[in-house]
Amino acid sequence: MRTRKVRSNGCEDMDPYMENANQTGQPASFPGQVHQTPGGGILISSLQDVVNWARSNSLWPLVFGTSCCAIEMMSTASAKYDWSRFGFEVARATPRQADVIIIAGTIVNKMAPVLKRLYDQMADPKYVIAMGACATSGGPFFYNTYSVVKGADHVIPVDVYVAGCPPRPEALLHALIALQEKIKSGSTREQIRIGESKH
Amino acid sequence: MHLTPEATLEESGEWLGLVLAPDQAKSCLSRLRHAPEIEMDYLFCLTGVDWKTHFSLVYHLSSTQHRQTMVVKVKLDREQPEMDTVSDIWRTAEFHEREAYDLFGIRFRSHPDLRRLFLTEDWIGWPLRKDYEDPVNMIKL
Repeated sequence: MRTRKVRSNGCEDMDPYMENANQTGQPASFPGQVHQTPGGGILISSLQDVVNWARSNSLWPLVFGTSCCAIEMMSTASAKYDWSRFGFEVARATPRQADVIIIAGTIVNKMAPVLKRLYDQMADPKYVIAMGACATSGGPFFYNTYSVVKGADHVIPVDVYVAGCPPRPEALLHALIALQEKIKSGSTREQIRIGESKH
Repeated sequence: MHLTPEATLEESGEWLGLVLAPDQAKSCLSRLRHAPEIEMDYLFCLTGVDWKTHFSLVYHLSSTQHRQTMVVKVKLDREQPEMDTVSDIWRTAEFHEREAYDLFGIRFRSHPDLRRLFLTEDWIGWPLRKDYEDPVNMIKL
């Protein structure tokens, strides 16, 4: 059953969401319920699902690479492994406009207050990915070093950890997709704190 | 070469190595810089090494005119590691010697500005020495 809207001058146009509609008239890939109101508008319920879907598909990362994992992050951003297919199109240099901070690299004692300041400057909702062994636990610098913080989660709360030294670009993409799924299911730290969860 | 009677050459590494005593090192390095047939005008690395019984400074020199590279090693005393500065021969040694001072505690005589480079000014201790203890950060296996 296709739904057509008829304009006042008589020509019909197809609502783009309804082109792949299933039998009950719901669009295939849109979360939430779509109701056709008389007059041609769309009323959407399950607002939180729609908001989470929108947020997860347009996460803008903050440019934060401190050491070797930054090279792998750059190659994930470049043409071969392109992360802008998933919505991470714009990598912002300022934390005020970024959604997700990908901690790509070692956090040393001198850098830890800088990281905390950048995280505080980010606007809610914000998410954190700890990329690589150094950001996860201090990595190869866990023993016998005087200067490395043993894991970025000593400084800021982390949502997704990526293993690897450095992780391959595909592993970072897997982590980004995992973060997207966490946002859609409402189980990131931010969302649990606020109290919106599907469970 | 008529460098100095106590210098020894070692040819086992990738580049020609020269081992000097610290009191003649400065004049020998100056001659390496200015002698027209050697003319090592590019100091591309200056590092310290802690051998537990003594320190050593390693200078990596390169000549842009003759396209040669060589290594100069100077053995220093463990208790009081001091050396003349070479920052008047190669300007880049200012920062390299600050790093060696910062991490090993090797003092360079007549250095224009000898202070810590990477660590904060109030740091106590020389972290890259083998006997450096930091019970808060360093975990011993």
